[in-house]
Amino acid sequence: MTAYIIRRLFQIVLTVFLALSFLFVLYFALPGDPATLLAGGDGRVPNPTTIRQVTDRYGFDDPMPVQLFHYWERTLQGDLGQSYQSGRGVTDILKETAPRSIRLSIWAIIIEIVVGISVGLISAVRRYSLVDRITTIVTAVASAVPVFVLAFVLQYVFAVIPEKQGWPDLIQFKTSGRGDDSWVLFFIPTGNTWRYLVLPAITLASVTTALAARMMRGSMLEVLGADFMRTAKAKGLRDREVVVKHGLRNAMLPVVTLIGLDFGTSIGAAVLTETAFSWGGLGFYIADSVGRRDLPVLLGLTTVVVLAYAGINLLVDISYAWFDPRVRLGQGSAK
Amino acid sequence: MTITPSSLPSAGGVAGPPDGPGGPGGAGISDVGAATSSWREFWRRYRKNKMAVVALALLIVLIILAVFADQIAPYRFDERPLTKTTAPSWDHLFGTDQIGRDIFSRVIYGARISLRIGILATVISVVIGVVAGAVSGFFGGWVDTIISRFVDVFLSIPYIVLAVSIAAVMGRSENTVIIVLGFTGWLAIQRVVRSSFLQLKELEFVEAATALGYGRWRIMFRHILPNALQPVIVYSAIAVGSAILAEAALSFLGAGPVDPTPAWGLMVFTAKGRLKPAPYELFFPAVAIVITVLAFLLIGDGLRDALDPKMKNRS
Repeated sequence: MTAYIIRRLFQIVLTVFLALSFLFVLYFALPGDPATLLAGGDGRVPNPTTIRQVTDRYGFDDPMPVQLFHYWERTLQGDLGQSYQSGRGVTDILKETAPRSIRLSIWAIIIEIVVGISVGLISAVRRYSLVDRITTIVTAVASAVPVFVLAFVLQYVFAVIPEKQGWPDLIQFKTSGRGDDSWVLFFIPTGNTWRYLVLPAITLASVTTALAARMMRGSMLEVLGADFMRTAKAKGLRDREVVVKHGLRNAMLPVVTLIGLDFGTSIGAAVLTETAFSWGGLGFYIADSVGRRDLPVLLGLTTVVVLAYAGINLLVDISYAWFDPRVRLGQGSAK
Repeated sequence: MTITPSSLPSAGGVAGPPDGPGGPGGAGISDVGAATSSWREFWRRYRKNKMAVVALALLIVLIILAVFADQIAPYRFDERPLTKTTAPSWDHLFGTDQIGRDIFSRVIYGARISLRIGILATVISVVIGVVAGAVSGFFGGWVDTIISRFVDVFLSIPYIVLAVSIAAVMGRSENTVIIVLGFTGWLAIQRVVRSSFLQLKELEFVEAATALGYGRWRIMFRHILPNALQPVIVYSAIAVGSAILAEAALSFLGAGPVDPTPAWGLMVFTAKGRLKPAPYELFFPAVAIVITVLAFLLIGDGLRDALDPKMKNRS
């Protein structure tokens, strides 16, 4: 097991190193004159002093390998650079925005697990019932609705209309921002924060919840047909016990893996959700820095996201290997 | 943003290649001699999935709209019959946008752009993905190591971040979007094709072909590939849908085509700040995206049922 983890770790470090080097070269070497782009971008003409400063700051006069070397030197020392727009350190921005994103995704994951798994389970147990048919249709539509469109539909139905019609206070939600932005135990909203949290959390959860529900249904159907389930029934266990104790446990494994693997999808969804709700998290700032061509921020934040993504993938791999010895021993995944 | 590379492994698992010698999977495609009857058989199976048939009809309508947009749309996409936004009426079925352009016409022209982006991006990613996956799985060794590591590197960057980054550097245009989506989409296909090839190359028919003295490239593309195509075909239909979603996402993030291109994602993006006074500006292009993407997803479902009937009960 330890040998496997070390081998995977080595691979991941190499992969991340190459990925980030690629992004660096992409951001800083491809466009005609990076200094001009950085200082102004989008056709604006910056003044020569600014260009000079940017050129010196990033050493654009150096050959590419040297620049890349300096990038790694800075990154490994924890220096992610500074925003060109505001001059703020990227590490600062990160400290402020990362908790927001993490809170939002904690809620999205809670929704995904609770709703996705129970809906998938019910759907499988009551196959072809009305509930199952509705689930099938809703999950199919959910995968075809762009995240930001869902965001706007929710905003319209639960924020714009209630405000216009003067609906009761309880179902009035907010379309953007974070309200009081006060939290207990890191992720439990207090004050009016929940009014701001509900819609983005549902939006962010939508895609992965639909995937989890479908996966759960398929996985459960397979388990329901397995021999050991018939044995359990034959032993005289009640249906409920058979499904929950014997079925659910076995059906959960692929779903849990999926939830881990979905992290990449979630990052994309987070970028869109946070932008649609002006949530001010990592995703919001990534999109924002693309719009402003604020390349240091973009590179700094993507560096962190790529690292986090790699970390999650490693965890998924390790849990895979834990549950399935074939992976660890180098079979299974290759064939 | 639903079908990103991370969800593909499950798609490959559902419609996987035959798992034993003489498995029935793929026989419908590779059996060239009985082309007509296998097509009829294919259609008979496809037809059983009612939703997939409806989706196919929808797709045909969309294609007609896209091809004949000039004749069908009452206005051109950049024409401004009015000067401000108006609610839907008989003159302007979907209303007009902020600067008075007919939304109905723009949605119709948008079909052209979405289909072009979706289909071209998918063609690029399928061609690269199939060739890279085939070479990787068939030859193995250092070629496989290099290609697979390369794929790993790009899959380690979250899809949206990668696409937005490349688009931001390349500048905003329809062609950029096609290239970006094409060159990010093949990664997942490579993995699926590679694992099919790894399984298939061990089977007897490959041994037989080798014994007959056929060259390696011929065995690869004429003998093994037809049997490995099945999951790719299913995935391609879904990939067109997800490329259209991705285009919308890129537009929404300010990395897609620019005005006056009537791209649906861009129209939604432009209308987003005006949800309260003019919800129709956002509603119609959004519905167009949903219907189109759903059509491709359902066609993918139908293809899976038709190509691999034994998998039908699995999902």
